[in-house]
Amino acid sequence: MIASITMVLAVLAGILVVIVVRGASALNLSMLVQTPQGGYYLGKEGGIANAIVGSLCLAFGATLLSFLLGLPIAFALQKEYIGRRLAQITRLSLDILWGTPSIVYGAFGFIIMVYLGLRASLLGGIIALTLLILPIMIRSIEEIIRMTPLELKEASYAMGATRIETTLKVILRQALPGMVTGVLLAFGRGIGDAASVLFTTGYTDYIPRSLLDPVASLPLAVFFQVATPIPEVQQRAYASALVLLIIVLLISIVSRLLSHRYSRHIVR
Amino acid sequence: MPHISLSNLRVAYGNQKVLQDITVDIPNNQITVIIGPSGCGKTTLLKTLNRLVDLYDEIRVEGEVRIDGADIYDPKADLLTLRKKVGFLSQKPYPLPMSIHDNITFGPRIHRMNRKKLLDQIRKLEKHIPIDSLCPNGRQEETRASKTHEMAYLVEYYLRLAGLWEEVRERLHAPAAQLSIGQQQRLALARALAVQPEVILADEPTSALDPVSAQLIEKQLKTLKDHYTIVVVTHILRQARRIADYVIFLYLGELVEHGPAEQFFSSPRDERTRAYISGEIS
Repeated sequence: MIASITMVLAVLAGILVVIVVRGASALNLSMLVQTPQGGYYLGKEGGIANAIVGSLCLAFGATLLSFLLGLPIAFALQKEYIGRRLAQITRLSLDILWGTPSIVYGAFGFIIMVYLGLRASLLGGIIALTLLILPIMIRSIEEIIRMTPLELKEASYAMGATRIETTLKVILRQALPGMVTGVLLAFGRGIGDAASVLFTTGYTDYIPRSLLDPVASLPLAVFFQVATPIPEVQQRAYASALVLLIIVLLISIVSRLLSHRYSRHIVR
Repeated sequence: MPHISLSNLRVAYGNQKVLQDITVDIPNNQITVIIGPSGCGKTTLLKTLNRLVDLYDEIRVEGEVRIDGADIYDPKADLLTLRKKVGFLSQKPYPLPMSIHDNITFGPRIHRMNRKKLLDQIRKLEKHIPIDSLCPNGRQEETRASKTHEMAYLVEYYLRLAGLWEEVRERLHAPAAQLSIGQQQRLALARALAVQPEVILADEPTSALDPVSAQLIEKQLKTLKDHYTIVVVTHILRQARRIADYVIFLYLGELVEHGPAEQFFSSPRDERTRAYISGEIS
């Protein structure tokens, strides 16, 4: 027990130490606010603002889209709405999709883009990322909804509330704090994924101006920079990874606060 | 004529029979207590009366449950009207995830009560139980003013009716989850009353509560019985003796004996009833 906890903590600490030690020295304000200038990838002036903005756009877009698609699906999976068998089959499919490697989503997203006549763009990336995080979104929200105590639903039904009223006015509010965690999980997976955006977003030194522009992302920024032989650029790769980590950490903190705020109303 | 009348009611979960051939009339404006050992079908019987059993998988209900003459298991019966007429208190109170105030207004809101309906309801209520009779120290001016705000008035009225008003009047907009469990149960009572039921079902309503809160709930139920038909499930024999006017005794899914409380406890007819009352079986 203690050994396994120690191991987990050691791995986490190891990753943090390596990234902070290697990345912190290269991290400065200009790196956060500037886009790459000429010769950036050879160790000259510039920053990764393009990748930061790009990743945020991609992850927020995909999280929003998959939430809007996923929430009704998560509710529809409850036994009030569909039969147990169909729900089980759907859950199983979602679990398989959850385990599918993200490069598959990248390739699949690429096929969809070609079909729609899209080029490598922010929109294409959002579509691929949405496919990737939708199963995570649905399954985690759905688990939370299923945890709603039967007695609470009974209380609502016993007052003559309909299925829809119970869902929207009671279960949704009860599940809200937990749902925030599910959304965060999906966001974290989305912002950190490199393979699904590899074919679908392209890569650019500029900040995107429309959904149809190609867009840079932090995971790919890390990937390209760490692959160069120049030590300064490699250091910047670690700094980029650090930025990515900090974003995920901030989102995590915000979601905890929100979740705590909403859970004032909840009786377990 | 009694509100509720059961004939040959049989309930089964899958292949397991839970209730067999229950035939009984539940008297109006009294507290009917359903007693019996755990797992003998008390709660199931209670939940067939407002069709909450519909929520369970593989449940089969046969026979008739008539409320005001209409069979509630008739396919044409209106489920929402039934549940509006029959209020329900569960074993452990679950406040809805919203404020105290909104817990009370939830019922009127889902039933889309407009100003006129609310005013009608208030007039009817006042005829039966005037709000002044619910105030131990006489009513204060501020609350009198609230009669112009129908919802606020209703909230106060039902909270008083459930004996909770004085404890929450300062924090109506606080989350209901912050109340103590005893207060939550009285809130659940107020919330159920706000739908204007004629019948109140209570499933071991005091089993999760401390003795003081339990006593309060019992007291409220006794106050309410003049205006509502009340059915309470309990496995506490002493509680049954305290509150029952009429007793239904179930044993292993079978209706063993029923009758007025006095007769039931003093001269039981069935051997099993005698054994249960004397504590030989439980």
